[in-house]
Amino acid sequence: MSAITLKVNGRTHTVDVDPATPLLYVLSDDLELRGPKFGCGLGQCGACTVILKGVAVRSCITPVKAAAGSEITTLEGLGTPEKPHPIQQAFIDEQAAQCGFCVNGVILTAKAFLDKHPKASEDEIQQALSGVLCRCFTHVRMYQAIQKYTKGVA
Amino acid sequence: MKPAMIPGMTEDARRALERSGFSRRGFLKASGALIVGFSIADRYGDAQGPQGPGGAGGPSPGSPPIIQLDSWIAIAADGSVTGYSGKEELGQGISTAQTQLVAEELSVPFNRVKLIYCDTAMTPDQAYTSGSQSHPANFNHANLAQAGATAREALVKMASQQLGVPVDKLTAADGVISAKGDPTKKVTYGQLVGGKKFNLTLDPKAKRKPPSEWTVLGTPARRPDIPEIVTGQFEFVHNVRVPGMLHGRVVRPPTAGATVMSVDESSVEGMPGLVKVVVKKNFVGIVAEKPWQALQAADKLKVTWTSGSGLMNRAEFYDQLRNVKPTRDILLVDSKDVEQKLSQAAAVVKATYLHPYQAHGSMGSSCAVADVQGDKATIWSPTQGVWYQRSTAAMVLGIKPDNVRVIFRRGSGCYGLNAADTVTYDAALLSQAVGKPVRVQLTRKDELTSENYGNPFLMDERAGLDAQGNIIAWDHEAWSPTLGNRPGPGTPGNVITGSLVGFQPEALTPRSPAPEPRGFNNNSNGIPSYSAALFDGVPKGAGLVRSSRVLVHNIPSPFFTGPLRSPARFQNTFAHESFMDELASHAKADPVEYRLRHLSNERVIDVLKAAAKAANWDARPSPRSGVQKAGLATGRGVACVAYEGDNGYTGIVTEVEVDQDSGKIAVRRVYVAIDAGPISNPDGLKNQAEGGALQGMSRALLEEVTWDDQKVTSIDWRTYHTLPLGFAIPKVECVLLNRPDEEATGAGETAITVIAAAIGNAVFDATGARLRQIPFTPERVKAALSARA
Repeated sequence: MSAITLKVNGRTHTVDVDPATPLLYVLSDDLELRGPKFGCGLGQCGACTVILKGVAVRSCITPVKAAAGSEITTLEGLGTPEKPHPIQQAFIDEQAAQCGFCVNGVILTAKAFLDKHPKASEDEIQQALSGVLCRCFTHVRMYQAIQKYTKGVA
Repeated sequence: MKPAMIPGMTEDARRALERSGFSRRGFLKASGALIVGFSIADRYGDAQGPQGPGGAGGPSPGSPPIIQLDSWIAIAADGSVTGYSGKEELGQGISTAQTQLVAEELSVPFNRVKLIYCDTAMTPDQAYTSGSQSHPANFNHANLAQAGATAREALVKMASQQLGVPVDKLTAADGVISAKGDPTKKVTYGQLVGGKKFNLTLDPKAKRKPPSEWTVLGTPARRPDIPEIVTGQFEFVHNVRVPGMLHGRVVRPPTAGATVMSVDESSVEGMPGLVKVVVKKNFVGIVAEKPWQALQAADKLKVTWTSGSGLMNRAEFYDQLRNVKPTRDILLVDSKDVEQKLSQAAAVVKATYLHPYQAHGSMGSSCAVADVQGDKATIWSPTQGVWYQRSTAAMVLGIKPDNVRVIFRRGSGCYGLNAADTVTYDAALLSQAVGKPVRVQLTRKDELTSENYGNPFLMDERAGLDAQGNIIAWDHEAWSPTLGNRPGPGTPGNVITGSLVGFQPEALTPRSPAPEPRGFNNNSNGIPSYSAALFDGVPKGAGLVRSSRVLVHNIPSPFFTGPLRSPARFQNTFAHESFMDELASHAKADPVEYRLRHLSNERVIDVLKAAAKAANWDARPSPRSGVQKAGLATGRGVACVAYEGDNGYTGIVTEVEVDQDSGKIAVRRVYVAIDAGPISNPDGLKNQAEGGALQGMSRALLEEVTWDDQKVTSIDWRTYHTLPLGFAIPKVECVLLNRPDEEATGAGETAITVIAAAIGNAVFDATGARLRQIPFTPERVKAALSARA
């Protein structure tokens, strides 16, 4: 166990954990955040995605020590139900969810990619989401929402 | 509780009722009010399990009485309305539609209704939320809908007395009842009944609001949960946190049929955070302070297992099915003249279709939290049936059902019997062992290897055609392995954890030959939509083919099985609708025209025509003329179904592109037409149609459970294949046919049921190659292309 300092959504937290613990467990169990989720624990589905230093990473395979001191943004850090971030608003507008479990990975992966490539084509966005799963297959609406958001940022 | 102990109806009685000619919905209509449906004993007949309330025997003991209005509706002092439902939100949008329903019947705005569902301390037992049954159960003339109508009429009567105005001179709006023409004479719901009980029974004569007067139902109301979901605020079962909660992990048998020989607890001694190693018969688990600690200890724990039972060679799997004994045979229809008609036919066409074991493969592995303290338990579970979970968890724990409270919390989308029930037993057992609340989330591998897979099927189709190519006889014979099912009354052994602690799965009682069918029941869609399905000379089917036989053999399965979205219906419809296309091709007829030629049911005809029209259907026989044998080929395919015979109607057209060099199929466009009766929420219905179509596409193209001679080998997303978000998704166009004068039917399992055949038929149209085995992997496509004449 060792004390590790994390900067999450603009706030600083110090946790006493095994430094090999995947970041996901610290976020969801020690900090009780609901955005990042355990889907596979293998970095294969995207449910655990967080934005670390501006890049979408899979927190289920990122040791907490690798994230120490860096700015971490989770889905909660983008906006709130009362004041959603524009990409969250686009998902609300398009009703782009079924069970909703995958939404964290979809929104954060798309946002991190579009932050860097605001003029990305549909094909490029699709490529960026090639490792993200949605098993309800809400794909049609999610792409509509992302397109809507893209038009606002491009 | 054994099925025979359910008050009111034994399993045999249920079977007799089914045989006597009641379909599930027919029984609903006939019984008039409160029984939503009932258990069909034969799993093939209904792989969904009992539909309750409480299956055939009425609601479980302890359920709020379903006949009482107060079980469904409460009005607070401030006039806000609470609806109580036994049908839960799984992501399919039914909670939004139910909220609309209550708001509509009570004439209050949507946002003044709170819906509480599936908590055994509060909500009535409506058995499972499954099988496209929530819409018919709660939106017709029973249950929640009738409660709403009863409450509104009761309030108007109370207002009449209080205001001294006759009932027919009163109007209700926004939770206020006022005199027509004199709005100063008014009283609010809160003033009339606020905080008090109605003490009324549901009135079967209370008038539902006709769809022509709807202002809330029938509109695309937005889901209230989505803002919380997209901002990371929503509480899934995975986020339930209880004071003092510990974390558990399970250690499953590494090979099929392996049992525990010994557990070496010293192998994990002193590991950080370890609380306890739990062993109960073949159930092995770890409890630790933190989830990461539990995972590490579970990985390190040394368990010695027997070598297991071994598994049959997967390459020969389908070939063996016809020879498995014993079988439980089910005859769904038999006109007794099929062989004779076939012998007289101008041509007999035969084909065999194959469908593998498929996983529910939930995005998030299943999770539950249990707090077992002595002889009492509180359980947060994503189960589809809180009341059955309550009675079976009580059996697993050895305590009284009355002492167990099961609270539904949403899990990751389940699409049927994923590992939700089994992980609930896991959490309960581990909590009981340590006397503290325990949360268990399965690993990805445990989710994919110990859920109840969708059943595999081998389906033989034969049809006789006359000289004009019209069908004069249709024969369908299927073999389907099965083991376990949803936990129902007395059957925790239907899922792996129950079985590991010593409970048996429900028995597959051998029976051959099958008894005569006593009535039309097409819950499995075993009977093709083109069969007239005559019973006592009366056509019950959706089609015109008078001579037909459908025989099914349920056989033992080495893996646990259970309902996967559109269970049996998906498999049978893949075979029927692909075979129909083969027959149309044989008759050199256009596939849409050929279907219409053999259909009698107007609702199937209408959805088929609507899908064809939306697709601007190019009427001609398949395959298209001038098929090239290499390079890219494009084609269109069609399929349709009367889902469960009478519980939803859908027609679909797909346009595909086949890369004949790689064998890859790309679906470019999907046109889907749906009739689910009166449309409760058009956007919700559309969401279900879009998702169902694409999920069915993933199942058709990629999904298959694999195994070696010892164990399942599809254990993660590299080995169990699914379409990711990042693929070239087709354009999906939905046509919603509103039927305000019909009963509400199922919706969520319609589009998924037809798409596999529509893709296979489009590939045939494009290339002349017929795909008869799901999934349509590039290797199988190339093999079919090579086999072309």
